[in-house]
Amino acid sequence: MRYLPLTPDDRARMLGVIGAASVDALFADVPASARLAAPVDLPAHLGELEVERALSAMARKNRVAGEGPFFCGAGAYRHHVPASVDHIIQRSEFLTSYTPYQPEIAQGTLQYLYEFQTQVAALTGMEVANASMYDGSTAAAEAVMMAHRVTRRPRAVLSGGLHPHYAEAIATLAHVAGVTVVRQDAAVDAEADVVSAIDGETACVVVQTPNVFGTATDVTAIAEAAHAAGALLIVVTTEAVSLGLLKSPGEMGADIVAAEGASIGNGLNFGGPYVGLFATREKFIRQAPGRLTGETLDADGRRGFVLTLSTREQHIRREKATSNICTNSGLCALAFTIHLSLLGETGLRRLAALNHAKVRRLASALGEVRGVQVLTRRFFNEIAVRLPAPATEVVETLAARDIIAGVPFSRLAPAAGLDDVLLLAATETTADGDIEALTAALKGVLA
Amino acid sequence: MSMLNVGRPSRPEASGDAGFHSLTGGRGLLQDEALIFERDGWDKTGVDLPEAELGAEDLGELVRTAPIGLPGLSEPEALRHYVRLSQKNHAIDLAIYPLGSCTMKHNPRLNEKMARLPGFADIHPLQPQSTVQGALELMDTLAHWLKTLTGMPAVALSPKAGAHGELCGLLAIRAAHEARGDARKRVLVPTSAHGTNPATAAFVGYAVEEIAQTADGRVDVADLAAKLGPDVAAIMVTNPNTCGLFERDIVEIARLAHAAGAYFYCDGANFNAIVGKVRPADLGVDAMHINLHKTFSTPHGGGGPGAGPVVLSAELARFAPTPWVLHGPQGLSLAEHATGEAGASFGRLCAFHGQMGMYVRALSYMMSHGADGLRQVAEDAVLNANYVKARLGGVMSAPFDGPCMHEALFDDEWLDGTGVTTLDFAKAMIDEGFHPMTMYFPLVVHGAMLIEPTETEPKAELDRFCDALLALAAAAKAGEVDRFKAAPHLAPLRRLDETLAARKPRLRWRPQEAPALAAAE
Amino acid sequence: MRFTKDHEWIEVDGDVATVGITAYAADQLGDVVFVETPAVGKSVKKGDGLAVVESVKAASDVYAPVTGEVVDANAALSDTPETVNQSPEGDGWFAKVKLADPSEVDALMDRDAYEAFLATL
Repeated sequence: MRYLPLTPDDRARMLGVIGAASVDALFADVPASARLAAPVDLPAHLGELEVERALSAMARKNRVAGEGPFFCGAGAYRHHVPASVDHIIQRSEFLTSYTPYQPEIAQGTLQYLYEFQTQVAALTGMEVANASMYDGSTAAAEAVMMAHRVTRRPRAVLSGGLHPHYAEAIATLAHVAGVTVVRQDAAVDAEADVVSAIDGETACVVVQTPNVFGTATDVTAIAEAAHAAGALLIVVTTEAVSLGLLKSPGEMGADIVAAEGASIGNGLNFGGPYVGLFATREKFIRQAPGRLTGETLDADGRRGFVLTLSTREQHIRREKATSNICTNSGLCALAFTIHLSLLGETGLRRLAALNHAKVRRLASALGEVRGVQVLTRRFFNEIAVRLPAPATEVVETLAARDIIAGVPFSRLAPAAGLDDVLLLAATETTADGDIEALTAALKGVLA
Repeated sequence: MSMLNVGRPSRPEASGDAGFHSLTGGRGLLQDEALIFERDGWDKTGVDLPEAELGAEDLGELVRTAPIGLPGLSEPEALRHYVRLSQKNHAIDLAIYPLGSCTMKHNPRLNEKMARLPGFADIHPLQPQSTVQGALELMDTLAHWLKTLTGMPAVALSPKAGAHGELCGLLAIRAAHEARGDARKRVLVPTSAHGTNPATAAFVGYAVEEIAQTADGRVDVADLAAKLGPDVAAIMVTNPNTCGLFERDIVEIARLAHAAGAYFYCDGANFNAIVGKVRPADLGVDAMHINLHKTFSTPHGGGGPGAGPVVLSAELARFAPTPWVLHGPQGLSLAEHATGEAGASFGRLCAFHGQMGMYVRALSYMMSHGADGLRQVAEDAVLNANYVKARLGGVMSAPFDGPCMHEALFDDEWLDGTGVTTLDFAKAMIDEGFHPMTMYFPLVVHGAMLIEPTETEPKAELDRFCDALLALAAAAKAGEVDRFKAAPHLAPLRRLDETLAARKPRLRWRPQEAPALAAAE
Repeated sequence: MRFTKDHEWIEVDGDVATVGITAYAADQLGDVVFVETPAVGKSVKKGDGLAVVESVKAASDVYAPVTGEVVDANAALSDTPETVNQSPEGDGWFAKVKLADPSEVDALMDRDAYEAFLATL
């Protein structure tokens, strides 16, 4: 087998050194009743060619986003990633290394994580950021847990514009932490409604901008209201590229930012792996989850980086840890940081402007389709529209014509009563012809 | 004789000068590399994009006006920056990476190629399900392999790492108790457990109580029996355990837990040792996470992304998190909401469907090995660990006798009187070209050194590794304390001051720090 | 000065007790990098967590040796946690507790008893 270097002769010699009669003798501690006498009922080994053939056959059954008109967003956005990003992350020293527990021989990882933390802090307008979370939704759930620890209050208010999957991930953890979650009704443009639900027991309010309907919101007043009541403001962003155009959450008074970073450096990947961005104020850092990289000096006085403030973490604090997170999204964070280094401020601003221009074009084209009403007024690269028919049916019909028209809101929240709402995103990868194809087909379907 | 060439020395003239320093601080081809923030030309970009007409009047005050603070690099500068950084890392592709409990095995590149097929990499999680039947088939096939290898009837794929899998398992257990109106308070965890176990149990709202360990490194069954009671929700036991030993009494442990109405959560971090040889279902397991980045070779990537699917018993299956794959007349689909048939689900762990990119890699690996090859994986992993234990055992002290499973555990008793600690010994390994083993874990062994070679190490590499450790051991016993105390001497950096880092945390670069940093260099 | 088996020391002045960790404990922890002191006004029961002291690789709870109300906390430790190593039984104190029951102090070890206890470890 190509991945196993030992030869039968090696094995025999090694057993001799060990002094064991057979490999099975090494499994003597396994109860006899539990030892399998033969391989399990699965196919036998295959060569590269055969594996490639089998998996490619599965891959071919999927409609690839880049192969035709495509408008899905709703928390996962298709962007162009420079070729050099994927090349670098496949270097052995990055791909096949572990969490940097031995800093003397892991400075490559530690330095890029330090750069990543700095970039994330700058992008979100926050003082500090950690070395990544699994994804945006788990970052949001951890943010609520952290607000609960900081304020010692038992209630979290979630806006109606928060991505329903995020709200559900938060609810799952909140339930076992004894935190009551107040979820406001889905609403295209009502982030500020959270203010009316803040009370003296509220640990945090969670708002999203741009929200799941694409609406961008100035959350400054929400921050003021939350702080006046002793609560924290958690700002969620599912589209990191938006931060190249929009005011940062930090500028608007956020206490914690939980964002999905996959838009930068990472592909769609059917939903994962992605990279959660987690940023906060310096004064809360000891309550933060996840790994942190810090600067220090080595024995010769040379600058270096180490994982630090580890006493927050599970391997030291065990049942008193701030989170159980261990492995996070190292390589996706590397992809993020490389892509963002390539873009720089200049490139990111251009990229964000292109996205915005593209969705403006989409919005105006859709506005001309009879029966279609654009619901989102202040958007970045995504809009919600109301259709004169159930969105799921329209999407299925268009999919049969090879147009992936977006995400029906009911796919995310079937009980919200918004069956006619469709979410559509456009990015720099959307061709003008794609928009024309969509509107033409839509006119046909809705006629 | 014509002199076409100027003669020059073709062999070293002098032996190395230990006190040699380069003029610029460089170390041969290993470059010092500044942070991206410490370069000039912040307005550069390495991505050619057209200027869009902004037309953002609709956004008004929402438009960012202040600078963000992000430097840009041209493509050649970016390549160089990251390639230089990469050269400061150790990697499996360079040498054995014997971190116990982490299973640093070879990462096949076929897996990378498969995960990058556009049909997997360039599809959206919320495309119509009719357009992603192949992706659902892949998830379903992976689920089938995981269920068959473990003998368990169900699997929740979405957890994003091992610790997330533990969370998933305990959430399912809590939901099962709650559904019965049986609120339980405690979770029992052996003292040798991974830190994630107690952290997870506490996160899920349980009080954590430790189970004692016997002198031979296993769960103390009598202590477990004494601590079990009607308020115990679950036991969390790693098997093979973190001492690298198979829990001989595992069937009895499961029976005792079940008799007390508790569930048996198995930490499957060490499944690599028994894959294809033992099915956890046959041991009485109710839930177990599988680190795809350990047993099934998806790359560790400097700390993720991982994936931690959780296999579940029939009783726990209905509490699994959404989504999961369903078979129907229209083909495959996803149960995405905790309603209807999925009404007992404890809900969602994360957005979308989990770590698809890792599923593809893991399935590519499983299909490559097949049922026969995976069995060989476990056998070779155990053989390699026992070989290391046998070769080093004459010099280094092992706290537990008998064969080990996939990892060999030593303590620091053999270093008594040498003035060398486990940490010193580990750092000296770096000078010999090896990544240290896991140190000071498990906590139950003093000065623990936990070596997991994995099945992908050839015998020659094991011998090279063992020879180096034996040479170091001899040096330690011969009183060469400086070799250890000042180690590493030859790594990109010497030992780092973690106290300084923790006392005055500097977690990001800041513009005003530039002069101070220059001075420090 | 009185001591506990968890290596806290306590020194009583009137009805207020100053609490810290012993030189032995500070040495065992290694370089202290962070101390979380209690909020003034907090009521603690004997045996409750009073503070947390952290080194790079360890985090330890400091337990209240007596019952009472926290009347002062050593704010200087947030900037200079190394004081715990330099002067564990002096400037490195953690908190001052107003005693609810002064007789609790009598049950604690004196220095000789503590030294004898250390000898058994």
